[in-house]
Amino acid sequence: MSLKLVFLGRLEDAAGAPELTAPLPQPATLSALLGSLPPTVAEAVSGGRVKLALNGRIVPCSADTPLSDGDELAFLPPVSGG
Amino acid sequence: MASNPKSGTAVAADVRLVETPFDPSAELAHFTAAHPSAGGIVSFLGQVRAGDAVEALELKHYGPLTLPGMRGLAASALGRWDLLGLLIVHRSGIMNPGEPIVLVAAAARHRRDAFAAADFAMDHLKSESWFWKRERVGGAWRWIEPRPDDYADLARWDMPGPV
Repeated sequence: MSLKLVFLGRLEDAAGAPELTAPLPQPATLSALLGSLPPTVAEAVSGGRVKLALNGRIVPCSADTPLSDGDELAFLPPVSGG
Repeated sequence: MASNPKSGTAVAADVRLVETPFDPSAELAHFTAAHPSAGGIVSFLGQVRAGDAVEALELKHYGPLTLPGMRGLAASALGRWDLLGLLIVHRSGIMNPGEPIVLVAAAARHRRDAFAAADFAMDHLKSESWFWKRERVGGAWRWIEPRPDDYADLARWDMPGPV
């Protein structure tokens, strides 16, 4: 299975791209995904104030959050206003 | 669509996220013409500051969250004050110094509702809406982190904290 990852704000620089496709073995969880990312990227998105949106909805950051094929997971750092 | 808390009538907000430059004067003229029964219209225009060595400003948004969040904010304002109309136009993308970023206008029978609703909408757009901002200085882009003042501004309204 594969996921679409979206990196907003400064996380785009940490990930090297605004979007990435992440292949993962099924069944997958958030912790499995983080383990599959380069350590610098995993560290950047695991920061205390980064929020998560799964398929366009804010979800709690929980290690055992299940992920499914085709999911879009967005990493949202603190917003910096209009 | 939300109900006016005093009259109970439905009031529609005009909320837009735009990727290209907009004309604040034309927007305001159209909004004013649409609300002839308003006794007062308060507007706020935010623009890219010139003269800080900033060559360009870029606002990024996240499609599934940003516009729905702005609509939710408009509904909160309509539910809280006695308004006849509310306009929010917000840019996304790359902007040059002097270009408009955001226009908020509130139309009400009486001015205090219009002032308060416009102020409330701006404080929440600045500190709570799903936008990420970076600026280009000397040819290099750098991300802007939230300012403590933005959170203090939000606390004025006695609402849940910023996201």
